[in-house]
Amino acid sequence: MNKGELEENLVEGIRKAVTSVTEETEDALREAKDREEKEGAQVQLDAILENIDVGKSEKRPICQDTGTQTFFIEVGEDFKWIGQLKRTVDESVKRATETIPLRPNAIDPISDENSGDNTGRFIPSIHWDIVKGDEAIINIIPKGGGSENMSRLEMMTPGRGLKGVKEIVLDQIAEMAGKPCPPTIVGIGLGGGADLAMELAKKALLRPVGERHAEGRIAELEEELLEKANELGVGPMGVGGKTTVLDVKIEYAHRHPASYPVAVLPQCWANRQAKLKVSSNGEVEVVR
Amino acid sequence: MNIFETPLNHEKIKELRVGDAFYITGTIFTARDAAHEKLLDIDDEEVPFDPSKYAMFHCGPAIHKEEGKWKVVSAGPTTSIRMEIFEDDFIERFGTKVIIGKGGMGERTLKALKKHGAVYCQYTGGAGALMANAIREVEDVYFLEELGIPEAFWMFRVEEAGPFLVTMDSAGNSIHDDVAEDVDKNLERVKSHL
Repeated sequence: MNKGELEENLVEGIRKAVTSVTEETEDALREAKDREEKEGAQVQLDAILENIDVGKSEKRPICQDTGTQTFFIEVGEDFKWIGQLKRTVDESVKRATETIPLRPNAIDPISDENSGDNTGRFIPSIHWDIVKGDEAIINIIPKGGGSENMSRLEMMTPGRGLKGVKEIVLDQIAEMAGKPCPPTIVGIGLGGGADLAMELAKKALLRPVGERHAEGRIAELEEELLEKANELGVGPMGVGGKTTVLDVKIEYAHRHPASYPVAVLPQCWANRQAKLKVSSNGEVEVVR
Repeated sequence: MNIFETPLNHEKIKELRVGDAFYITGTIFTARDAAHEKLLDIDDEEVPFDPSKYAMFHCGPAIHKEEGKWKVVSAGPTTSIRMEIFEDDFIERFGTKVIIGKGGMGERTLKALKKHGAVYCQYTGGAGALMANAIREVEDVYFLEELGIPEAFWMFRVEEAGPFLVTMDSAGNSIHDDVAEDVDKNLERVKSHL
């Protein structure tokens, strides 16, 4: 494999991500359509499903907000191309912006200037995990602004405990109403410090819709919040209905005795993701 | 399928009620924050088109030029509440009767809709590919250099664009207000059983 091939595969990964939603998300949206009774909710879900079909068949970005290009990369400590990875990701984002094309979404916060190619200081956003082995797993998650704007971090008084966590999450889902383009997938990060909680909340979104956390106690909490969130009645795009969230995903870290960070970070129904595996011989496999 | 053609028939729009869904064939124009501000700022004779004839779409499209012609890549709605500070003045001055966006608008807009027989419709957030497919041609663009791509007035010729769900009507109804009330009640109930 050369740098060009990896770059090409990354561009195709970004293309796949922005022109479709994950399979599990689409299944969950179809189930929601069967469940909804009100016409308004059905109109929204019909448009969503038709839009997904158009995106797939025409290779067209499903939403005009093609997001901030965000990567979660697990790289093996013996991965041969480790030294080129960062640069290749940056280059692939520039090329994807031109060829797909993506909306230029990287703006200097001081001058308000748009870089024009979706790259800039610390952007694309890349989260690194160094793991054992000689492979790299590259998760691509272009994240839209509408849902990101509804994120919340609460440095909760630890004494409120799990009940407090549930209250904060449900308050936020009610508060954000139709704004993050529901039905959403709600990422939740518990513990750590402020930064870690937010990162975990976003990382939690990588787990496929419908898949529960490996730990039973977290899985139970996810299920409880999923059920209760859907009792709120926000509905698809906030017009009322039974489906406010498609799933709730929780990740956690140990916390400081004085702090209990609770991060809530929603993903819109347009849950766009791709996952590539680069093996030691340079073969690139599109995992999802 | 309920299809409205442009120039829009103002009498028919006045009769629309929340929960009605319809499609548009004809022209729609995009307008975000800066576009509202711009049009409200200039004199009547400088306004390049008649905003009362067409539907207004809160949208900053993903668009690019192919062989010298503008081509829409994806064009879903943007969050409408940002335009709340301009919309009543805009409706009053320019007579726009159909406003399309997402997430709903506030009290000031609702009042203006009632006063002027207009409606606010929700187009599904994120459904940018579907809308792009309904756009047959970019007819024109105004103030592009001054406002930039997402904020400019784009005139799209559309065929059966939609569905647009009426969520605020000229009788003073707002689905957004109704849902917010329900959600508040539901939240209290759910939290009391934690």
